[in-house]
Amino acid sequence: MLDAHIPSGPIEKKWDKRRFEMKLVNPANRRKHSIIVVGSGLAGASAAATLGQQGYHVHCFTYHDSPRRAHSIAAQGGINAAKNYRNDGDSVQRLFYDTVKGGDFRSREANVYRLAEISVNIIDQCVAQGVPFAREYGGLLDTRSFGGVQVQRTFYARGQTGQQLLLGAYQALEEQIAAGNVRMHTRCEMLDVVMVGGRARGIITRDLLTGKIDAHAADVVALCTGGYSNVFFLSTNAMACNTSAIWRAHRRGALFANPCFTQIHPTCIPQSSEHQSKLTLMSESLRNDGRVWVPKTKGDNRPPNQIPEGERDYYLERRYPSFGNLAPRDIASRAAKEVCDEGRGVGPGGRGVYLDFGDAIRRLGEENVREKYGNLFDIYEEITGDDAYKSPMRIYPAPHYTMGGLWVDYDLMSTLPGLFVGGEANFSDHGANRLGASALMQGLADGYFVLPATIPNYLASNKFDKVDTSNPAFAQVKAEVTERLQKLLSIKGKRTPDSFHRELGTLMWNNCGMARSEKSLTEALQRIPALRDEFWNNLSMVGTNEELNQSLEKANRISDFMELAELMCLDALERKESCGGHFRIESQTPDGEAQRDDEHFSYAAAWEWTGTGKNWAVQKEPLTFEEVHLAQRSYK
Amino acid sequence: MAETAGAEKVHSGAQAPRAFTSNPLITLWSTVIGKKIVMAVTGAVLVGFVIAHMVGNLKIFEGADAINTYAHFLRVVGMPELGYGQLLWIVRSVLLLSVILHIIAAWQLTLMNRAARPVDYKIRANQESTWASRTMRWGGVVLLVFIIFHILHFTMGVVGFQPGQWQDLAVYQNVVAGFSLWPVSAFYIIAMAALCLHLDHGIWSGIQTLGWNTQRNQSKIRMASRVIAVIVFLGFISVPVSVLAGWLK
Amino acid sequence: MKLTLNVWRQASANRAGSFVTYEVSGITPDMSFLEMLDVLNEDLLTKGEAPVAFEHDCREGICGSCGFLVNGKAHGGHKGTTICQLAMRFFKDGDSLTLEPWRAKAFPVIRDLVVDRSSFDRIIQSGGFITVPTGSAPNANAILVPKENSDTAFDAAACIGCGACVAACPNASAMLFTSAKITHLNVLPQGQPQRDQRSLNMVAAMKEEMFGTCTNHGECEAVCPKEIPLEFIGKMNRDLARAVFKRRREPIPVSPLVQEAMQK
Repeated sequence: MLDAHIPSGPIEKKWDKRRFEMKLVNPANRRKHSIIVVGSGLAGASAAATLGQQGYHVHCFTYHDSPRRAHSIAAQGGINAAKNYRNDGDSVQRLFYDTVKGGDFRSREANVYRLAEISVNIIDQCVAQGVPFAREYGGLLDTRSFGGVQVQRTFYARGQTGQQLLLGAYQALEEQIAAGNVRMHTRCEMLDVVMVGGRARGIITRDLLTGKIDAHAADVVALCTGGYSNVFFLSTNAMACNTSAIWRAHRRGALFANPCFTQIHPTCIPQSSEHQSKLTLMSESLRNDGRVWVPKTKGDNRPPNQIPEGERDYYLERRYPSFGNLAPRDIASRAAKEVCDEGRGVGPGGRGVYLDFGDAIRRLGEENVREKYGNLFDIYEEITGDDAYKSPMRIYPAPHYTMGGLWVDYDLMSTLPGLFVGGEANFSDHGANRLGASALMQGLADGYFVLPATIPNYLASNKFDKVDTSNPAFAQVKAEVTERLQKLLSIKGKRTPDSFHRELGTLMWNNCGMARSEKSLTEALQRIPALRDEFWNNLSMVGTNEELNQSLEKANRISDFMELAELMCLDALERKESCGGHFRIESQTPDGEAQRDDEHFSYAAAWEWTGTGKNWAVQKEPLTFEEVHLAQRSYK
Repeated sequence: MAETAGAEKVHSGAQAPRAFTSNPLITLWSTVIGKKIVMAVTGAVLVGFVIAHMVGNLKIFEGADAINTYAHFLRVVGMPELGYGQLLWIVRSVLLLSVILHIIAAWQLTLMNRAARPVDYKIRANQESTWASRTMRWGGVVLLVFIIFHILHFTMGVVGFQPGQWQDLAVYQNVVAGFSLWPVSAFYIIAMAALCLHLDHGIWSGIQTLGWNTQRNQSKIRMASRVIAVIVFLGFISVPVSVLAGWLK
Repeated sequence: MKLTLNVWRQASANRAGSFVTYEVSGITPDMSFLEMLDVLNEDLLTKGEAPVAFEHDCREGICGSCGFLVNGKAHGGHKGTTICQLAMRFFKDGDSLTLEPWRAKAFPVIRDLVVDRSSFDRIIQSGGFITVPTGSAPNANAILVPKENSDTAFDAAACIGCGACVAACPNASAMLFTSAKITHLNVLPQGQPQRDQRSLNMVAAMKEEMFGTCTNHGECEAVCPKEIPLEFIGKMNRDLARAVFKRRREPIPVSPLVQEAMQK
């Protein structure tokens, strides 16, 4: 059984207690320690900057040309914090409760409580950095509401909150780079972790411009490398988002927890062509004022404005009267899928529902709607050519976030000693479904506050032999990485990397997407290994390793998705309950809601790699709920 | 850290030696924006001069006495505190200094700008720039040549006149005689067209450089700039045109 | 739709490049410009040729990775749009398009349409931040910010660092980029303590990175996908003048990067 090392005592004292127990590093000794941070999104940039400020030697890696390009930048809606500036009944306790409930009781209570506690400090930190959050005329911060909650606790910067928060962290990071505390390695992709003496002591990277395979040694490694939604090919993730960093760590022994917990975001612009390369999200904040509906009758092809009020089905308001259009993401997505499966979907292929601002425009006036959501309406028009002020938007769910990730303990350390994991790359805080505006909160909580406390504790608690890259372990892993790349380059097949990725994505979307069944998952588990075999034999590659080779980068990432996909299906098959984003059609309530099975599945499934083509071994971390009572989640 | 060594330097902002000099004017000149500010300020001086000069020129339509008296006035103004012509020389030195600084700054910035794009585009489409803004540098060269000629011509009378034809302070007679030669008038009009373009972009550009432009008043400033440029152009060319047309004799 | 593409191909930074013509067909109006290039690249890959390298990531106009010139216009010249969001419906069947990378001394070409924009990061390093070590921040609502200032800061902070302003500028100047960051931080109360230091250092860094200077053409404003206005360049100029002429008791700290450059 896995031990998460959760401090004892009442939940509101756990983090304080843990921080007091921690060992500290004397300021003069900090510069003797080196830390590798992989990734420069919200979690990575904030962790690297903070550890740099503390005086450690930090090496930060990104495959982008600049840390500012990480995909955190695309988060739109906002960031939650239990500030209760609105005096509407919010508190740390309530944010904690909402998050545990929103995660359908599959997250770790202690971690979530800490997240809620830290949320208030994050807002302070970001404001001080100059993040231009929305404000009232009195000069105070403005907030709005988000899905799954009934208070207004979401701070936002128009529809570009992620961008502004990332720029704040990026600026702090750049300051530390200039000060010489952080060394930034751009266009440098991590391809493996190096273990020395049972501890993570370095990484192997590929310089994306020259193809040079380099070894980097340090005392501790932190992965903040994001999620793996791109396993579905079409997702709202950026094109380069991948699983490689955490997957390679998994292959070295880090347990991978709850891989099947993926979030399908309800409000994305529907796919329009078969050449589509990615899907674009429309912020969930739109559901504050937009109303979701489909025609009441099947095959009603009239333009939306000609369908009278009485013939529209506002299905979210009908089914979930108390939360209405602000029902949590998993529920809103599944409801959209259901009405489309019934044949009531709108737009090409019938895969879409309306998000209608007609009422909001009548109530608030077009100017106010423009002020609040202008940039989102512009994005919509840019992509679809339709004016959403005149006719409703069409939206459809799309893969967006992965709650699963490397298993970590309370200190965010994986099962590999010295390998820490922060942000979306770990599994801990969102359970089976993430609430809106919580990803930014978690990334920054991990990066600004948790890792900069727990990593020094790890450094102070252990003795570090001097390890440098001349250690044979580095040479060996380097050789393995090189061999894998050479193998990819040597396949002289017929199919492009994208064609494999697309096929894998379609398979995963159909069989392990919004609704999963034993049949669909078993089928996927048969087809994935075959596809993987074909990939390794029929891939067409050009060029060499020693140049900027974007096809090689892509193929290398897809090779990891090919393995991860199998584990996702296996995890989904084993979890014979429905919870949050994981919906097994065999397990639903009479009215079609997700039916949990707390007796058998109240645990986090952490999978252990046992070799390609072999089955994984599972370890379980039981989830106990002392503060929040397990209940059927209801938003009705 | 064999392969990632070299990050040992630790900077501390507080102990950094002072590299920005204590003399604000030198610091200003050492920055690219400082040079632009110098161009804007000297440009403003020159625009003021050009407008005053143009208004003064119009006195020619009041007759020979009016303008000749005005020329005399420019030399005696400031007396008795200053000597004859001294104020004029002070103004002239300010103008000369402005022209020199304007040209040096433009020259240095142009070299920097050329160096900033060593390889040019095969195709580059202009979207917001104007013909006026793109001809600032060559227009400036034309104006410099013109100014030298203009001083040698009307101010000093060493070119463009028959020997003995030019007379000090006989402005009216000098102007009529000078512009009666059509190539001189033509060059003058061309130079004023260049001035018009230079002002059209220059006035707006100076205001923008000095930070008085906002999104809301941008189009108004551009329009005002253009109106001033055209008025200056018309005011100046009215004289040679009138001479050539025979209205001024 | 069928198109003729004239693409700049350059194998690496130190090799000469040239334009190569390709035909692409099967393009539909709802594709994005980069999806059209995906089609070309899939085609090239199947033929065993090296695909055209171009930078892109989020494909929703916010990461700032993408960008090149289409027929001489940065990001294709469609107002407020990055090239990744430009839909093919704005082009006609049979169009001939020339694709060229950003060109500036400060943006050396790496391969094909990919350039090195790390000079932007170094400008930020010289002063584009507010020093606030994690944990030391006061309560967020303790700092009142007038909405107008906050909105102005946001308008400036919307910059995605794509480099289109430099690319479109006849002088390859980075003044719109730099002014956006300076305005973002200088207009906020939090940014006041380091205001003069920021203005001087960032302007100096801009010169050290070999960017050109502004001649107020307005080309940058026209192509900026986030529609950052020229007004901010004026604001930066005033802030610089303020930094230069303000009387103070202590010298302004000089960023290590600027210092190194000055010592050279």
